[in-house]
Amino acid sequence: MSVQTLSLTQFKQIAFNRDAYIYYMFLGVLFFFAIILHDTAFLTVSNFMNIVKQTAPLTIMAVGLTFALAVGHIDLSIGSVVALSALVGALLLQYTGIPLAVAGALLVGITVGLINGFLIERLQVSSLLITLGTMGIITGIARQLTNLESVPIINQDFTYLFGAGKVFGLPILLIWTLVIGGLAYIVLNKLAAGRHLLAVGGSPAASRAMGIKVTRVRIYALLASSTAAALAGLLYAGRLHGARYTLGEADLLTVIAAVAIGGTSLFGGRACIIGAILGSWLMGMINNGLILSGFSTNEQMIARGIILIMAVAIGVKELKNG
Amino acid sequence: MVRTALDQPALELSSIKKSFGGVHALKDVSFKINKGEVVGLLGDNGAGKSTLVKCIAGIHAPDGGDIKVNGNNVIITSPEDARAVGIETVYQDLAKIPEFNIVQNLFLNREIKHPNPILGWLGWLDSKTMIKRAKKSLNRLNTRIPSYNEQIHNLSGGQRQAIAIARAVNWGADIVIMDEPTAALGVEQSAQVNDLIKVISSQGVAVLLISHNMQHVVETCDRAVVLYQGRSVADVAVADVTKEDLVGLITGATDAAA
Repeated sequence: MSVQTLSLTQFKQIAFNRDAYIYYMFLGVLFFFAIILHDTAFLTVSNFMNIVKQTAPLTIMAVGLTFALAVGHIDLSIGSVVALSALVGALLLQYTGIPLAVAGALLVGITVGLINGFLIERLQVSSLLITLGTMGIITGIARQLTNLESVPIINQDFTYLFGAGKVFGLPILLIWTLVIGGLAYIVLNKLAAGRHLLAVGGSPAASRAMGIKVTRVRIYALLASSTAAALAGLLYAGRLHGARYTLGEADLLTVIAAVAIGGTSLFGGRACIIGAILGSWLMGMINNGLILSGFSTNEQMIARGIILIMAVAIGVKELKNG
Repeated sequence: MVRTALDQPALELSSIKKSFGGVHALKDVSFKINKGEVVGLLGDNGAGKSTLVKCIAGIHAPDGGDIKVNGNNVIITSPEDARAVGIETVYQDLAKIPEFNIVQNLFLNREIKHPNPILGWLGWLDSKTMIKRAKKSLNRLNTRIPSYNEQIHNLSGGQRQAIAIARAVNWGADIVIMDEPTAALGVEQSAQVNDLIKVISSQGVAVLLISHNMQHVVETCDRAVVLYQGRSVADVAVADVTKEDLVGLITGATDAAA
């Protein structure tokens, strides 16, 4: 093998690696909007900080969903967990301090995750159907809880911690994104736990033969996904100074598209946290660009749907070739 | 009966029985494998080969009989038990994660953790050590691998089988059970696997080889144990018999007592 062909193969491996698509898309969309919107505020630091702040809950949801997808499950209940966790947190803040309110909100996520996990494993039904069911139940509970009323949050410390705060001049929502993203990256890429998650997604039979406790690993993955969604609910509540049953309602499509475009397989065994974060920033950037270009919310939804189908198409093509 | 030089039994089975409802899959199976010996387990479909393998590997618990490993009685009720006493099974379906690379597969669920106690407790992986050990163990088996970062699904069947065998030996197994290791392989790759079996048996590992391929058994095994309707009916040195004799024993045409 000559040196030239070797370097060409290596180049192909790097350039056409599935994980790399997200970087091209990111840069492509950035250039596209930078040119189209050159006479607006699109290409400014403050606009990008806005995008990061607005997408922080989505990014956290995307990071959590990556865990569920890594083991080969999907979690459709995350949007409804966002609403219920935000409402529970906001209601608790009326009676108690931040620690208990946060614990209560996160407990919503933990409970839903465990219920999802146990039902999927016990009934051996696809996660798509079980989480579709729990999504309906939790949405109903969230609507019932306050009779569709919003719950305002006046606790300044809470809105600082989960919304408007700054640390070293950086928005606290960016810090949240980086901390949660960093932890997830370490778990998935550096720890034995992440290795086992991906193994279970890649081949449950082989994992079982090697002594991995497949059921337990899958339950942990769903737990991570829904606890992250509960944290996302707190971030929404902090930024918006209140909670409402509609929070997270329209996020599911965006989050799945973000994770899929970021290189995580929708069929398990392959996960990319950096891709999920960049993917959700990309979705935020597209939204922002479309708004600045004067497109309506409806048109943005159409754009998100197209992006999801494109991302899945790339994934399926890879699966067939692989 | 011909004995190998290392006449120390690694695995001894006596009167193993297993039934499922009214079906007596194993009625009376007894034989032993010495250290460094390759024993072929033969039998027609339904003779009880898979059931026996599952009893030894801890997937089924036998209803009766004794299993001795290195002279000690052991009770095996789970795959973990089997592993703990040094029995590893190389599965027919090449139980591996296609998305993982060679090193990740070799150390699946036996990852080497970081030497720092806190990081180790967290389960932080020591990738460098794992790559180093993977190279060492594959070198020991004379297996050449294009790149340790290669994903398993890019490897040939023979190379995958080599990884599976390396994984078993790597984990310090004294007894390796192989279920049809060459079933899905071409001639050349089967020969590679045969060589590999000889290499590990020369290192003192006892090998139980389940195979339909008579040629493979004759080439690789020291002895052959034949199961017929749930009983071990023959235990012969391969050098003493012809392929036709073995076929006769498998089909029940030859009287086993002879």
